[in-house]
Amino acid sequence: MKNILILGAGTAGTLMANKLRKKLNRKEWNITIVDEDKTHYYQPGFLFIPFGIYDEKDVIKPKSKFIPKGVDLIISKIEKIIPTENRVTLQDSKIDLKYDYLIIATGTRIAPEETPGLQGDLWYKDIFDFYTVEGAVALGERIKSFNGGRIIVNITELPFKCPVAPLEFVFLADTYFKKRGIRDKVDITLVTPLPGAFTKPIATKMLSGLMVEKNINLITDYNISEVDNAGKRILDYAGKAVDFDILVTVPTNKGADMIERSGMGDDLNFVPTDKHTLQAIGYENIFVLGDAANLPTSKAGSVAHFAGDFLEANLLSLINGTPMTAKFDGHANCYIVTSDKKGTLIDFNYDTEPLPGRYPYFIGPFGLLKNTRLNYFGKLFFKWMYWNLLIKGHDLPVTSHMSMCCKEVPKETK
Amino acid sequence: MAQKEFAGQLIDVNEEGYFTNPQQWNREVAAAVAKEEGLDLTDNHYAILEFLRNRYNSGEALSIRSINKSGIVDVKEFYSLFPGAPLKKSTKIAGIPKPSSCI
Ligand SMILES: Cc1cc2nc3c(=O)[nH]c(=O)nc-3n(C[C@H](O)[C@H](O)[C@H](O)COP(=O)(O)OP(=O)(O)OC[C@H]3O[C@@H](n4cnc5c(N)ncnc54)[C@H](O)[C@@H]3O)c2cc1C
Repeated sequence: MKNILILGAGTAGTLMANKLRKKLNRKEWNITIVDEDKTHYYQPGFLFIPFGIYDEKDVIKPKSKFIPKGVDLIISKIEKIIPTENRVTLQDSKIDLKYDYLIIATGTRIAPEETPGLQGDLWYKDIFDFYTVEGAVALGERIKSFNGGRIIVNITELPFKCPVAPLEFVFLADTYFKKRGIRDKVDITLVTPLPGAFTKPIATKMLSGLMVEKNINLITDYNISEVDNAGKRILDYAGKAVDFDILVTVPTNKGADMIERSGMGDDLNFVPTDKHTLQAIGYENIFVLGDAANLPTSKAGSVAHFAGDFLEANLLSLINGTPMTAKFDGHANCYIVTSDKKGTLIDFNYDTEPLPGRYPYFIGPFGLLKNTRLNYFGKLFFKWMYWNLLIKGHDLPVTSHMSMCCKEVPKETK
Repeated sequence: MAQKEFAGQLIDVNEEGYFTNPQQWNREVAAAVAKEEGLDLTDNHYAILEFLRNRYNSGEALSIRSINKSGIVDVKEFYSLFPGAPLKKSTKIAGIPKPSSCI
């Protein structure tokens, strides 16, 4: 018997376990997946919790429900990978796991401890994250009783997962306070290390236009160095202060500490990964899927889904001794909610920035970089797709590589 | 492609003034670019520029955080060496592309 070992049973690991079990003969291949947490979180849903649109029940299900028959699920913290011996050690078991092929899918976690003062006296009193269910729930409680003042949403550093989430947050906050009739008493400011609301020019233009329309302030090129809890302000490395009543932080995102213990990560514990084959650089029999990889594309569930098809093809080639021909293009696809009624959609890859146009779907078409009601439902529908199709490794009604169909290409780049 | 003269040398630059050919860089050219940015280069500046170039050449990502790995200065001192937007300024003077952030 040969062994495929998957580390992490989040979005990427779960969908890969489902895909591979269908493809590999049970008499020849064991598939094992390890995670320290019994619960599967629908992370895109965290965004809606602070505003009472979703609650915890919408985003939590047992992991075991999504692991197919014929795959062993082990609940334990992973100690480390010993790649020279094709072996993984666990914290809760003396028995090591041997593998022929390894798939790293341990994701990214927020690391608020990286910023001095972030977890100080005000942590979960006036300072919150919304990248964990605990943070999102606590923030929701605080916002309910908030009757005016300054809310700042601060991105600590790049990269961070779901790069549109902070924008969605400020858009939803705008709508929420309007509904409560106190929007004029609330100052909403996005404070970002980026030079604009977003990275790529065409999407930035559209999104910053929306921010102006909604009276949301923007402070750019801001690299936070510390939080002054007593003064209720954040400071950057040049000493520039921004005051807050509520600080919503997107802390530093790091790969799993296990990657560091294994000596396989970069500065932030992300695994250097071949952007086309998805192999860990330097290790032929190790692949990386999802947020754990250092790929130059978004850290998003949609990316894990698209990349999964390429990983599967390459792994099967390797097993069959044929050349690996599948080349991942960095395809990412994200709905961006812009209020509690409307949304927009971006679709891009390593080489093509998000462009306006239409997105062909089996319902739709959805409007790319256009603000429509249908796009908002697309985002809500994504939850159903996530639980029922995506993590079960089923195809979604879209192509895995990015399609230029129906995109409006700006003249200069034609 | 645009060219610009620094310290008597014609340098290929893009529309934002970043070198498109990092090979054309040397200390004199760096000093001239720095002058335009209003900076006089010290040994610490040069050490950082070399660090950034080495990191760039080995294909590693450049970030504010990576400065802590330089062993030369910490991020605060980096800000005082290249005030304003330190990473943008320092990469321009180091003759390497502006760090791009992927989304
Ligand atoms: C607020 C928010 C909004 C988002 N919105 C969207 C969206 O609209 N669209 C979209 O596509 N994506 C979105 N995302 C991103 C998406 O959720 C992630 O990119 C995706 O879940 C990544 O999957 P993954 O498998 O790589 O990591 P994860 O799903 O995070 O899984 C990693 C797993 O590894 C386990 N693990 C880590 N270390 C160890 C260890 N040492 N031992 C044992 N187990 C370990 C963890 O317990 C975890 O279960 C959003 C994320 C957030 C936070």
